[in-house]
Amino acid sequence: MAAIYSLYIINKSGGLIFYKDYGSAGRMDTNDSLRVASLWHSMHAISQQLSPVVGCSGIELLEADTFDLHCFQSLTGTKFFVVSEPGTQQMESLLKVIYELYIDYVLKNPFYEMEMPIRCELFDIHLTQAIQKDRVALSGR
Amino acid sequence: MAPLAPRSGDAIFASVERVNAELFTLTYGAIVRQLLTDLEEVEEVNKQLDQMGYNIGIRLVDEFLAKSNVSRCTDFKETAEVIAKVGFKMFLGVTASVSNWDADGTCCSIILEDNPLVDFVELPDTCQGLYYCNVLSGVIRGALEMVSMKTEVTWVRDMLRGDDAFELQVKLLKQVPEEYPYKDDE
Repeated sequence: MAAIYSLYIINKSGGLIFYKDYGSAGRMDTNDSLRVASLWHSMHAISQQLSPVVGCSGIELLEADTFDLHCFQSLTGTKFFVVSEPGTQQMESLLKVIYELYIDYVLKNPFYEMEMPIRCELFDIHLTQAIQKDRVALSGR
Repeated sequence: MAPLAPRSGDAIFASVERVNAELFTLTYGAIVRQLLTDLEEVEEVNKQLDQMGYNIGIRLVDEFLAKSNVSRCTDFKETAEVIAKVGFKMFLGVTASVSNWDADGTCCSIILEDNPLVDFVELPDTCQGLYYCNVLSGVIRGALEMVSMKTEVTWVRDMLRGDDAFELQVKLLKQVPEEYPYKDDE
């Protein structure tokens, strides 16, 4: 049961710095994933302006027929979003876990250049473990 | 999921892994000494320390935001309080205080009574222009820049230069308001 279809991480300027595919249906090539990332970045920014609520921090959840999109934006402008099966639970806590992995294995890596694509093996390894653990926890319910 | 409550500096400091204070002081001292040897000019060393601090600050801020669960500050006063009470406590284990606000609320002083970087340190006569703890000013500047605030951080008082405390002046120059408009901006 592939609850999560894909994970995107966007830097504060809207550039895609990380993309990982977990499901089969929505698999995308590099160009498409870049396009989706910048599209989402713009939509997120527009939603903040359009919001009738003061101090809105942008879209957190998009529900569609065939997928849900959960988004988390840190106060530094980095966005983490997952495209998942409709109705998947606990995505916010997964995003928080991914944020913490990003802080540890990407930001604390002195050889990682800020805002650049993430090429950190430790991040990949720990991310896979976290997704796996989440998958097990979800199917156990 | 309900938003988590902000954690106090003490609570976070108690929960993270810690390192031997002497090792920390010695490591920082070694960095400063090496910079002095390599660069020779005290002004250059000050600049390098600030730059190093900047590079630390831009990475440190996300760690701070994640561990402390602070929400967006409503104004610069809150920002300064959070840096002094939570930030300094969390990373250096010391509590700082904020004072000397100007009329606009854009400039204040952060005062440190205690500073682990300078344990056992005395500045020789040859290094009189050196701001030994300049890395701290860079850290604050870098961290605030990542949350859309351009600031200028300078030392007003420095115990290694004979003053009675460490005082950093933090001046808010500009907010890049696109994503995080403060109420003051409207």
